[in-house]
Amino acid sequence: MLLEVEDLRVHYGKIEAIRGISIAVDEGEIVTLIGANGAGKTTTLKTLSGLRRVTSGSVRFAGEDITGVAGHKRVTLGICQAPEGRGIFPGMTVMENLDMGTYARKSPDHAADLDRVLTLFPRLAERRKQSGGTLSGGEQQMLAIGRAMMARPRLLLLDEPSMGLAPLIVQQIFQILKEINDQGTTILLVEQNATQALQLSDRAYVLETGSVIKSAPAAELLDDPSVREAYLGGAAAH
Amino acid sequence: MWNDFVTQFWPSTIDGLTNGSIYALVALGYTLVYGVLRLINFAHSEIFMIGTFASLFVLDWINISGPQTGLALVGVLLMMLAVSMAVSGGSAVLLERIAYRPLRKRGASRLAALISAIGASFFLQELFAIWQGRDQLSIPRVMDKEVLFNIGSGQVRNDKLLVVVAAILMMIALDRFVNGSRLGRGIRATAQDPDTAVLMGVNIDRVVLVTFLLGGMLAGVAAMLYGVFFELTQYNVGFLLGIKAFTAAVLGGIGNIRGALVGGLALGLIENYGASFFGSEWLNVVAFSVLVLVLMFRPTGILGENLQRARA
Repeated sequence: MLLEVEDLRVHYGKIEAIRGISIAVDEGEIVTLIGANGAGKTTTLKTLSGLRRVTSGSVRFAGEDITGVAGHKRVTLGICQAPEGRGIFPGMTVMENLDMGTYARKSPDHAADLDRVLTLFPRLAERRKQSGGTLSGGEQQMLAIGRAMMARPRLLLLDEPSMGLAPLIVQQIFQILKEINDQGTTILLVEQNATQALQLSDRAYVLETGSVIKSAPAAELLDDPSVREAYLGGAAAH
Repeated sequence: MWNDFVTQFWPSTIDGLTNGSIYALVALGYTLVYGVLRLINFAHSEIFMIGTFASLFVLDWINISGPQTGLALVGVLLMMLAVSMAVSGGSAVLLERIAYRPLRKRGASRLAALISAIGASFFLQELFAIWQGRDQLSIPRVMDKEVLFNIGSGQVRNDKLLVVVAAILMMIALDRFVNGSRLGRGIRATAQDPDTAVLMGVNIDRVVLVTFLLGGMLAGVAAMLYGVFFELTQYNVGFLLGIKAFTAAVLGGIGNIRGALVGGLALGLIENYGASFFGSEWLNVVAFSVLVLVLMFRPTGILGENLQRARA
């Protein structure tokens, strides 16, 4: 397993936001966490990136216990995240934002990475000199994913990449995620509107109020009436 | 009034730019720390004060009590500069370690940090008052003050020119560092979105340390120039100057590096023009009226926030 989370508990002040979650992601997989608002999806990703302190439980990455490793050191280990709300640096240009993805490497020999990202997202090449704050939502999401890819992650964490985007753009972005995965990057995805995410994924976990209530291959969850009722808008999924 | 203003225009301009350069250098320290931590470091004025004492001590140690010329003068100035920058920079880092970092690590509110800042400010002032006395101390003159040339009726003196040129060089160096170096990118990223900066591998603690170090070093430059120009210091020398530098930072747009330069020079000019218009006893009244007016009508300052630009 590339990522193994065991009995993870995380508190927000006195509130227990994550109540003993165990999840695992294998090398090469796309795994999705689905669940309603407040289920603990974003907190889980933030904890995996080291932005939240763990109350108890453990996180292992590539066989190493990283539970207590500082957030800024996790990029070098191979974990990078495109966060909720995209986290674009508004006062930096598209190129400067992309460069930030290579910040953790002392010698940013990133010509090849840049090539790859601009091939995945040709739109970013056109916008190169524009400041991040002036991009459209879809472009910002592309920039967030591209920036994370600049870090050469083994595990790419994505928090709601479809948020606030038109269906056509979401489709385009998911297509690119498939490509990124085919090229060898493992992906852990968080989504609220889960139909497309499940179609893309190998497996998924369903989160409810800080706990995993279901875990199954994605195809199975797409056909599960209770999941469909709660998370896929009820209607037929395919 | 109007006639005074006209006859005093060029001298006021020159004095305004000289004072404004010192304000601008100190203002940078407020603006840098605010940009990264959203904290007004009210003890920054004491970092400046410590720098003026460092300049005084260094002259004492190397036994300089009269004006120098040529290479000896350059050597003395560089030595004052190096020591002031090192002492002020070091003090700023220590201040962050002792007064702010423990609070930050416990997730204390910004108000708690602000109170800690004010406490540190009093502590440092009183420390120097007890150690060096409460009287004004004179800093020996290291350079003969000569008029180099005239602009209109204004005389450009060598020490004033030194202040302005040194300040501008420091600004350029800082701008280069923040926009061109890796750590500078880390500072900008942290200012714009600290959480995402961590996701990209930015070590926030190091960014904060470097920010305080830079601010402190620039205050050290200001302190050394102040020593050469005004030739005096006192335990509370940072108080009024600190508030004015803070005003300059707000005037230019707090968090905005170029704004600190613009704000500093603008404040220096406005207060000197004001003084020539209403009489010199009105200088400080004019300066702080500017602060009130800016806060009322344009709270984001002349250039607005820029280090972070519209952070959500």
